[in-house]
Amino acid sequence: MLAYIIQRVGQSALVLLVVGLVAFSMFRFVGDPIDNMLGQERTQADIERLRDVLGLDQPFVVQYYKFLSGAVQGNFGVSYRQGRAVSEILVERAPATLELAAVSGFLAISIGIGLGVFTAIRRNGVAANLIMSVSLIGVSLPTFLIGILLIYLFSVELGWLPSFGRGETVRIGGWSTGFLTQSGLRALILPSITLGLYQMTLIMRLVRSEMLEVLRQDYIRFARARGLRERAVNFRHALKNTLVPVITVTGLQLGSIIAFAIITETVFQWPGVGLLFINAIQFVDIPVMAAYLMLISVMFVGINLIVDLLYFAIDPRLRADRTAGH
Amino acid sequence: MTDTPLPPDAPIAVKDPSRLSLALQSDFIYQFKRSPVAVVSFALVALLVLSAILAPLIAPHNPFDPGSLNLMNGFSAPMTPNAFTGETFWLGTDDQGRDVFSTILYGMRISLFVGAAAVAFAMVLGITLGLLAGYVGGWTETIIMRVADVQLTFPAILVAMLIFGVAKGITPVEYRDQMAIWVLIIAIGLSDWVQFARVVRGATLVEKNKDYVAAARLIGRTGPAIMLRHILPNVLSPVLVIATISLALAIIAEATLSFLGVGAPPTQPSLGTLIRIGQGFLFSGEWWILLFPAMTLLALALSVNLLGDWLRDALNPRLR
Repeated sequence: MLAYIIQRVGQSALVLLVVGLVAFSMFRFVGDPIDNMLGQERTQADIERLRDVLGLDQPFVVQYYKFLSGAVQGNFGVSYRQGRAVSEILVERAPATLELAAVSGFLAISIGIGLGVFTAIRRNGVAANLIMSVSLIGVSLPTFLIGILLIYLFSVELGWLPSFGRGETVRIGGWSTGFLTQSGLRALILPSITLGLYQMTLIMRLVRSEMLEVLRQDYIRFARARGLRERAVNFRHALKNTLVPVITVTGLQLGSIIAFAIITETVFQWPGVGLLFINAIQFVDIPVMAAYLMLISVMFVGINLIVDLLYFAIDPRLRADRTAGH
Repeated sequence: MTDTPLPPDAPIAVKDPSRLSLALQSDFIYQFKRSPVAVVSFALVALLVLSAILAPLIAPHNPFDPGSLNLMNGFSAPMTPNAFTGETFWLGTDDQGRDVFSTILYGMRISLFVGAAAVAFAMVLGITLGLLAGYVGGWTETIIMRVADVQLTFPAILVAMLIFGVAKGITPVEYRDQMAIWVLIIAIGLSDWVQFARVVRGATLVEKNKDYVAAARLIGRTGPAIMLRHILPNVLSPVLVIATISLALAIIAEATLSFLGVGAPPTQPSLGTLIRIGQGFLFSGEWWILLFPAMTLLALALSVNLLGDWLRDALNPRLR
């Protein structure tokens, strides 16, 4: 088991190194950093000085090493467009994205599992069939259209909810939160539904199919024969045994929520990291793009690693296989 | 049938059926005719693709010809007449007086072209790497499949965005708009090859141990010939399924990127760009500028998707 963990951690580190190389190459070779940082009126002396400061005269490997050690310490250089340290901008933007992702993730998991269990137990009911058909449409609709549709319904036609921004935020230390004001909470509703809907349908369909599989098993029949209550059978016996694949998929989907936040944040002009990234692409702000790439990779690789290890911890059969195999 | 007698040397069709008639009697066509979903979605796809190809003939206006536009016609609601010629704008006009129906037809052209080209690119790349990985094995396989695994960790749309961003940085400013479509194709294609490579590799691993491959090797055919002429035709049916589903995904990916402003430029608007433009008029009540392109995109993506689902079931004998 230890060997497996070391192997997985090693693989993850290798992936991050490669991503770091990609980010560094973008930084170094896409456009000339000197051109980007100095204005039109520059002297040869300025160029030499900046070249020296940035270390562009050093060998590639040394530069890569410096870039990586800078990145590890949270130093991603200066944004071409805003003229501020990228790390500073990221720290400022991160709370918006993380709060949005947390609410969407919570919605997706709680409603997804709830509806999944419901549609599995009442699998021939009218309501369950309706939910299944609607979910099919939900999967085929692109995220941005869902966002626009919600804005049209709830902001334009009904005027109930704001269509853009975070509302009022409260600063606690370095963290600006929208959870504490009414307008902040209202502003969260539409974006979090937009972002979470796809994951919700995915989790729901997965829980449903896993539940249907489990409900057919003998031990469920025995549990019923023993006279256990329906609720105990459904939740304590059936749902519990569907959780292994659900946790895997849900874990991996958390990463996607952060990535798809880019789309939702653009639709709702939500001032988070995703909107920052899209603007960086539009204006070819390479340091911001490189920093975002590094951050999101750390997150994805980390989530993958944790999910793999969790999977291993939850399912005793896997552990037995591994130890027997090695 | 006609009564004209056949010339004496005419081939007798009954004994030697042509390839076409064989194809028409096949199980595949039989399955197709029996599934209403397949027929309807195929008809819809065909209709949309044809109208996109024939856009210059069908479209009442050329939205890219400034001479045919008049600002006085701006924001005409659907079914209102042109103030000058009296023609009807079926789906209304946008802020610059462009006929929405025409822009949709031209936009769909770009959406379909980018989608199809991206899938073709992904398919060629994926098949090549998949065949190599499966047939050659060893280090080649390890490297290709590791790269695929790593890429699969990240959502395709994110990969496409990054590639688009980097390519935008490399191309000189004055060529950016012209190159955008091609960059988009490469970005979406590169983000999507993994599916093809994995499936082709899996199928190749099975096929390469069969007798016909051994026979081909015995008569001295070379590796590339065996891969392309012998193995490839036998692994194509899952590729066809993935290509269809990928097409729906690629069309949505292109629309998403263009909607976000990192795709097709305003000079060559795709459906996504049109939706992006239309979103700006949502609050002022000009709903048609947004609604019709959105519906077209939805119809296109949904029908291609349903066709792909049906293909998957039809070509998979285990499910019957």
